[in-house]
Amino acid sequence: MSQQNNGALLNHPPKPFWLLAEITYRCPLHCAFCYNPTDYVTHTQNELTTEQWIQVLRDARKMGALQLGISGGEPLLRDDIEQIVAEAGSLGYYSNLITSGVGLTEKRIAEFKRGGLDHIQLSMHDITKDINNFITDTNTFELKKKVAAMIKEYDYPMVLNVVIHRYNIEHIGEILEMAEAIGADFVELANTQYYGWSLLNRAQLMPTREQLEKAEAITNKFRERVGNKMKVFFVVPDYYADRPKKCMNGWGEVFMIVTANGDVLPCHSARSLPGLEFPNVRENGLEWAWNESPAFNKYRGDDWMKEPCRSCPEKEKDLGGCRCQTYLLTGDAEGTDPVCSLSPTHDVILQAIEDAKNPQLAAQPILFRNDKNSQKIVAGELKDLVAPFHALP
Amino acid sequence: MSDKIKSDAVFGLARHYRFQWEEAQGGYVLLFPEGMIKLNGGAGEVIKRVDGKKTVGEIVADCKAAFPDVPDLEADVLAMLQLAHEKAWIALKE
Ligand code: SF4
Ligand code: SF4
Repeated sequence: MSQQNNGALLNHPPKPFWLLAEITYRCPLHCAFCYNPTDYVTHTQNELTTEQWIQVLRDARKMGALQLGISGGEPLLRDDIEQIVAEAGSLGYYSNLITSGVGLTEKRIAEFKRGGLDHIQLSMHDITKDINNFITDTNTFELKKKVAAMIKEYDYPMVLNVVIHRYNIEHIGEILEMAEAIGADFVELANTQYYGWSLLNRAQLMPTREQLEKAEAITNKFRERVGNKMKVFFVVPDYYADRPKKCMNGWGEVFMIVTANGDVLPCHSARSLPGLEFPNVRENGLEWAWNESPAFNKYRGDDWMKEPCRSCPEKEKDLGGCRCQTYLLTGDAEGTDPVCSLSPTHDVILQAIEDAKNPQLAAQPILFRNDKNSQKIVAGELKDLVAPFHALP
Repeated sequence: MSDKIKSDAVFGLARHYRFQWEEAQGGYVLLFPEGMIKLNGGAGEVIKRVDGKKTVGEIVADCKAAFPDVPDLEADVLAMLQLAHEKAWIALKE
């Protein structure tokens, strides 16, 4: 009678119900778990203009886009977010600003309210100032609390996103209590997924299975207590599952990203895949990008699959997992996601799990996401760090 | 939460939920911060009438008037309201 979340169960042909506008890769934070591309610094000088973004919103809405995420980097670093929000409001999008909170002022939030922004998703990191400031490599702890109060005051739903990793997983109970105290309506406990910067820092970030199970139990207990008052999502890290996730609900099925420089992608890290040329809104129409472009058609459906996925009875459930993860970890974009216990490359995941038990041995120094490190990676200076993961420059 | 729906109860959409017609989906949708729900025809017709003013009895009467040929409509409408309430898409008005 109804269908749940993310537009699953949709009829063909696929439509981009979710549009994510990764409006800038500039960011005042330097999170070690950031999933932005490690070469993001090459995309910070050629951002789309306000007019180009407005055109993107109009074109995508015509194609059926309904949910809009405005993210980055830190979207508030652009001074035209108010205009973009107002356009989204008048087009009938359900719009969400995904922010670290840095740069949110009374004046701006009032403007967003007028423009019809539906909600603001604020990232929080920990209950301790030390860990917040360490993992983001900034001094932003107090600011986040102020921003949370502002979101409440303007009667926005309070949506908190907390990326979970080894440094905060043991505080999950306290994090939930903090969320309750500031009146959160939705809390997403997003276990780190390993792409971009978080993949480089995986040995530092990955919790053990015991830590994870404990965290999940605490979360379930909390859920029972608060009931419907606060919805808590616990996003399971797929390394500890024995089947992969159905990445983005299927390649080019419901989800479309337009990046700061105008590339049109089916998922965040698609540009890391070999041999694909992604459309760009400066040269191609969105309609063509979604429906016709070779890149969007490459992994639609299951024609591309090899064994063991091809003849697997479960293939509709997960579509063989994530193309980017498979390539990054195995060097074969068409293989079975190594997370799957049936995958011939599953041992790379088992090794990472093993390493998580002994972080001291496995860990290199943490590499924060910042322009300097990104430049080094682009220049090939951090080869040793990057080499195990196939696609990084 | 699973109490029987009373006919003099008044429901409104839950805070922060939005309900709208989507041409591209050919149906009504409910939108909220972590997702969306596409409502089928009948469900859409019921939720459309949940406006924070009408009582459950009035919603049932309204649906009956709009769809005079559908048998057992009352039970369907109540079941839909019950489900929507359990899922916290709609909330009781004081
Ligand atoms: S994860 Fe951190 S560094 Fe990356 S974009 Fe978000 S706030 Fe910026
Ligand atoms: S073998 Fe492939 S299709 Fe089967 S469960 Fe594993 S990833 Fe999914």
